[in-house]
Amino acid sequence: MFQVRFHGRGGQGVVTAAEILSVAAFDEGRHAQAFPSFGSERTGAPVVSYCRIDDREIRTREPVMAPDAVIVQDVTLINQVDLFSGLSPVGFILINTSRSFEELGLADLYSRFAPARLATCPATDIALEHVGRPLPNAALLGAFAALSAQVSLKSVEKAIRDHFAGPVGERNARAASAAFDVITRFTQEVARAGTN
Amino acid sequence: MTKRPIHFYQVGSFAVGNRLLSDGDRTVQSDAARTNSIDSGHRACQGCGEALGARYALDAAMRATRNRVVAVNATGCLEVFSTPYPETSWHIPWLHSLFGNAPAVATGVAAALRVKGRDDVRVISQAGDGGTVDIGFGTLSGMFERNDDVLFICYDNEGYMNTGVQRSAATPPAARTATTEVVGPQPGNTFGQGKDLPRIAMAHDVAYVATATVADLHDLEAKVERAMSFRGARYLHILVPCPLGWGSASNETIHVARLAKETGLFPVFEAEYGVVTSVSKIRRLTPVQEYLMLQRRFAHLFGKNPRPDIVTHLQEMANRNIERYGLLEDEVARPRHARTEVQV
Amino acid sequence: MLEQIEGSRAVAETVALCRPEVVCAYPISPQTHIIEAVGAMVKEGRLSPCEFINVESEFAAMSVAIGASATGARSYTATASQGLLFMIEAVYNAAGLGLPIVMTLANRAIGAPINIWNDHSDAMAVRDSGWVQLFAETNQEAADLHVQAFRLAEELSVPVMVCMDGFILTHAVEGVDLLEQSTVDSFLPPYDPRQVLDVQNPVSIGAMVGPEAFEEVRYLAHLRQLEALERIPSIADAFEDLTGRRSGGLIHSYRTEDATTIVVAMGSVLGTIKDAVDIRREAGEAIGVVGITSFRPFPSAAVRAALEHAEQVVVLEKAFSIGHGGILATDVAMALRGTDCEIHEVVAGLGGRPITRQSLEGLFYRVGRGELDSLLFLDLDADVVNREVERMRASRHSGPSAENVLRDLGEPRVGQVS
Repeated sequence: MFQVRFHGRGGQGVVTAAEILSVAAFDEGRHAQAFPSFGSERTGAPVVSYCRIDDREIRTREPVMAPDAVIVQDVTLINQVDLFSGLSPVGFILINTSRSFEELGLADLYSRFAPARLATCPATDIALEHVGRPLPNAALLGAFAALSAQVSLKSVEKAIRDHFAGPVGERNARAASAAFDVITRFTQEVARAGTN
Repeated sequence: MTKRPIHFYQVGSFAVGNRLLSDGDRTVQSDAARTNSIDSGHRACQGCGEALGARYALDAAMRATRNRVVAVNATGCLEVFSTPYPETSWHIPWLHSLFGNAPAVATGVAAALRVKGRDDVRVISQAGDGGTVDIGFGTLSGMFERNDDVLFICYDNEGYMNTGVQRSAATPPAARTATTEVVGPQPGNTFGQGKDLPRIAMAHDVAYVATATVADLHDLEAKVERAMSFRGARYLHILVPCPLGWGSASNETIHVARLAKETGLFPVFEAEYGVVTSVSKIRRLTPVQEYLMLQRRFAHLFGKNPRPDIVTHLQEMANRNIERYGLLEDEVARPRHARTEVQV
Repeated sequence: MLEQIEGSRAVAETVALCRPEVVCAYPISPQTHIIEAVGAMVKEGRLSPCEFINVESEFAAMSVAIGASATGARSYTATASQGLLFMIEAVYNAAGLGLPIVMTLANRAIGAPINIWNDHSDAMAVRDSGWVQLFAETNQEAADLHVQAFRLAEELSVPVMVCMDGFILTHAVEGVDLLEQSTVDSFLPPYDPRQVLDVQNPVSIGAMVGPEAFEEVRYLAHLRQLEALERIPSIADAFEDLTGRRSGGLIHSYRTEDATTIVVAMGSVLGTIKDAVDIRREAGEAIGVVGITSFRPFPSAAVRAALEHAEQVVVLEKAFSIGHGGILATDVAMALRGTDCEIHEVVAGLGGRPITRQSLEGLFYRVGRGELDSLLFLDLDADVVNREVERMRASRHSGPSAENVLRDLGEPRVGQVS
């Protein structure tokens, strides 16, 4: 089973992100379960959502406490919430920022993981460019597909188009694709650096 | 052809309606073909105003709808005395659910009829004043606001008579009830705003609001008929004296109801879409004292330790109604009622 | 068709397939998504003919359903928690009148302290009302149970409550195989009311019944529930024949054949329990699970048959009777009268406290070693409790406990791991 935890703020589509990821996995014939953390859903409040992906029926209903990936939609949460609690030592981290882990003060964290598993992605900028609104969730899902290879970009794009009707879906899918390319380039660079 | 006079058990008379009128102008009650929606043999007290009011209103509604009425009833006297197991007085489809939900249950009935395309069947929801102004107030306001196709009838006997005469928000100031005893410096019910449901109903802008008393059968029946000519939420507030709770003689029910109107204490009017359209003028203006003295619930205002101050206060309330609704014919001399001092 | 869909949405779609004629709604979390979706379907004409009525309270919602059902319309509403309590008088009334209303209960805790998260306190508060109460384990079962609920309700003239865990199920997105309209139509005949307000054939419904007949009328309600015990499994069978899917029924057993320890629970926690049981099985423990789907009527005979060979029975429930203990456990104990089963009551998951596989594994481990008390509150923070008990002892004016406990939890403590 692969478990993802999304962190963000109310209004950023955190719950939607988990749902879309689950649909993408579902479309690939896998079992998936997405659910929010059921907190207060006030705009701007810290929000957590979860997505589980597996090849067999998912029965558990507990919150994701030991995620295989953490996706941070809002970088201002870093000093407020224990974002990486329980994260698997071989897990993935994806943060929506144009800064590096070091610049975020996360150098320690960075050093504990393999470089190919940690990425930052300027998802808000990408969203502003393609969607015209600062909603980073779709872009981050594209980035996550590139980083983790748990789902294909194609499935993510389809799930996005299913969720957002018409041109909004199209623009969000483009944002996902753009972010996918950014992270793909990043992982290729890491791989090259590793072989050199 | 003269109609066959029929015995009217509840007032022990053949004289329901005016025998001098032509057939077409006679009351529904005087007609042998009346439906007896609530039949005789029920367990109401002698002289019960509510039993009269319900019979008048429902028979009139039945005629207006060609016998297509479904009634929803709140808990209370009317419900208890009409359906002691295993008997029922009702000749119409009748549903009792709870004390405070008759308007909402009626909404459900109306919705079901609408979904089934039965716009010929009409819904009446009915309750006493407790089920209307107190415990049923929320659901009534909701029904008004949604403008569901329901005529809601309040049979107002100014208190919780079924449970042994306790105060409701429709109990008049100074009246003795089991929870507003005649003790202390302010005996009986306290003076306050009360809850004026007809005006609250008007504030919802529902199609039709009217008040009536069991003293004027023609007026009451005409208002029911008028109410049934509208669709949407409607409200009819009928004053029904309660010999038990008011301490009035059981053969005085009609008289007491008439005086409630003639004093101005109970304004009789009708309104459409929030605007008063007609007022039943006072025919013989009467000081409140005459009305109050017929009822033991006000006995403490007279007798050994009289309280003319309180009677004056009640007269002022009547005067305010007369003013607000224009209850006097222009030719009626004002001085008689304007005199608020009371001789005791 | 199998869809990755939110639980609430799956229920709304399925309810719509049941062609309800009157739906009334009042918003309360976590039930809102269901009623919003049904409302939209009525407004866009996809669910027609149907009257969708926005009422002013839950009390009105159930009252509208009562009036509509008594007039022969298939009636549906949904609620949760405080909403259920606000309508409780009408809940009892609907059952007393024998009106086959179907209601979704998105299970949620009851305040004070106010809490929007899941437990089963709300359902337990109306367990004696005369409603059938069916608990869903998954969103698939929640959806399927609604179709079965309408059929059961209308066959027996008894209202049915489909309980699904608030948020945990209502807000979870997972695969649900939604039925086809033709499938539901073939399973669920049009509503043919036993009693109806009809101007052609007027009846009085809701008469006063005195001591001379009240007990008999009540007993008839009990008989209807006993009949439901027969009908629930056969309706589930018929549903399985039609859809190939096993949903509903009285109980679900999992790995109980040779089990010496059997865990009993209701609702979505059964999934997590099954995972924990699988792990204990791998460790060599003979442990199984019985999930109660029909809580009312309580299937005593089926529960007894499923449990009587076990040595230990652990009843894990998301509610309890304050001052007494387990509610489900009491029913299970009654079903096991005269057997040698040792019964442990475990209260867990109150107010949304996560029930984790790890906690359950620990619990089952302790059961296996005979270390469990008769009543246990799973993952209870005894230190927090003790400190508040101490504060109350120290001062007559210690103030509100809920606020004290929150303040206490917010204070950093020596040795606390952040």
